[in-house]
Amino acid sequence: MIKVEGLTKRYARHVAVDNISFEIQRGQIVGFLGPNGAGKTTTMRVLTCFLPPSSGSARVAEFDVLEQPMEVKKRIGYLPELPPLYPEMEVAEYLTYVGRLKGIPKASLAKRVDEVAERCSVGDVRAKLIGKLSKGYRQRVGLAQAIIHNPDVLILDEPTSGLDPQQIIETRDLIKGLAGDHTIILSTHILPEVEQICEQVIIIAKGKLVATDSVANLTSRLRGAETISLEIAPHNGSPLVAGEVRERLEHVSGVGRVVDRDGHDGRLSFTVESQQGQHIRPELARAVVEAGWNLNELHSVGLSLEEIFLELTGAPKHDISAPHATTMGAEAGAAAGESQ
Amino acid sequence: MNTFTICNKELNSYFRSPIAYGVMAFFALIAGYFFYVAVYFFMQMSIQSSMQGGGPMSVNDSVIRPILSNISVIGLFVIPMITMRLFAEEKRTGTFELLATSPIHDMEMILGKWLAALILYAAMLALSLVSMLALFAYGNPDWRPMVVGYLGLLLQAGCLLAIGTFISSCTKNQIVAGVASFSICLLLWVLDWMSSFQDSAVARVLSYMSVLQHFDSFSKGVLDSKDIIYYISAIFIGLFLTARSLEALRWRS
Repeated sequence: MIKVEGLTKRYARHVAVDNISFEIQRGQIVGFLGPNGAGKTTTMRVLTCFLPPSSGSARVAEFDVLEQPMEVKKRIGYLPELPPLYPEMEVAEYLTYVGRLKGIPKASLAKRVDEVAERCSVGDVRAKLIGKLSKGYRQRVGLAQAIIHNPDVLILDEPTSGLDPQQIIETRDLIKGLAGDHTIILSTHILPEVEQICEQVIIIAKGKLVATDSVANLTSRLRGAETISLEIAPHNGSPLVAGEVRERLEHVSGVGRVVDRDGHDGRLSFTVESQQGQHIRPELARAVVEAGWNLNELHSVGLSLEEIFLELTGAPKHDISAPHATTMGAEAGAAAGESQ
Repeated sequence: MNTFTICNKELNSYFRSPIAYGVMAFFALIAGYFFYVAVYFFMQMSIQSSMQGGGPMSVNDSVIRPILSNISVIGLFVIPMITMRLFAEEKRTGTFELLATSPIHDMEMILGKWLAALILYAAMLALSLVSMLALFAYGNPDWRPMVVGYLGLLLQAGCLLAIGTFISSCTKNQIVAGVASFSICLLLWVLDWMSSFQDSAVARVLSYMSVLQHFDSFSKGVLDSKDIIYYISAIFIGLFLTARSLEALRWRS
């Protein structure tokens, strides 16, 4: 559906996108991931024919963005980071206007406006001025605007940025609901969002393509060893000695590395890494119980996209003993700590 | 088709913001004042002329023509206020991205906006017609020169609006667009002042470039092809430059 080959976009002083190639199949939801300033928005602007590429080509549904921009524009729905809204217009009026611009015939327009307003849950504010709406509503009006002409491809630039958690969930559900009918490209710098919504992920950093793969593949490709978080408490009141416990754990077969984490109230926490391809959870549990300690907690810490991302972009990796560390935003930290 | 969609939307936006009402009120006030002065002056002159035994004076020459000339000068001040937001606001709020990624041609967008501005200006001119109708109620002026005069006003506005549209497409800041358009309007007005004291080639060329100079024959009720060509080519140049400016926006940024 979308084919990008050797795309480069140069501005006066710097290269925003540097020789990127990727392909997206019909009906996929693709996460376009990268830190701020990585070139996500620029790539999207090229795909929407807003900016011409400096070199390379981009094709949407077999139409080149430079040679047949009208055909491309007809097939694309675009929600820029800042939704393109006119505050002095009413919601229904605005959607009608956009529908006319996108070339929807007059006869079916009113019906279509009703449909998208319902779909994006803005039906209850259709007679309100856009300037009076809350941010969540504005975002949804922006989304309604993008899908009004039922485009093959939907390009969403950070659709959840600046929304409160409830609105983020609603917007994500809405996007997931749209997945069947449209090919969706969604840019974000929030990693769990990609894990939740997308099937495929394209990672770029500093204008360069870093990885493109399915979310599942990417996770398994990078996960050499299993990482397990463990909490142990004393049984019968006899206090635990960290060094002793640690030594015991290290002797379990298949264990690669054991890292102490801060324990409290006499309990001890460890992060244990297995050797390549070893399943050590049953062995670990047995070893702890046989030693006469209480096993309070044992779970596998999956490698989150955050770690994958840091690994791929070559940014300094955080110590695995701190899985709750946050580098990409509060949510990313929460997801990194989730068990798999 | 898209042109009318955009034109319609722009007109809506004008009449939902204070701009249209502010501009029209300002215009009505000044035009009304000019009308009062012109009629008062005309009365004084006709009394004087009849006392000296002269014939009746022409309403067309002594009232309508000076009013039309004055209105054309008001246009210079009002037009930057009309055009300054056309593109600058869309660029600032990001709605330009919607237009640029919709399947419409740049020219449709430009024509739509320019047409909306012209219609707003025409509505403003219609306000001044009210006082003109009073002349017909109490006098017997010739309507044909007046129609030519109004046509001239529309052509002149069309040309200044095209220039204002172009300037608005060059910046994100409405105030900058307004000030720059006003400066250029003013410059195009005073260009022919030089010809009043000098008859060099430079003065004649400058005078020909002046917007108001070309209105002169219209205000007399004369349709001169050279003036019509001047206005129409200025409109064309203004809109053409706007199209180039929008294109440059994409290649450069």
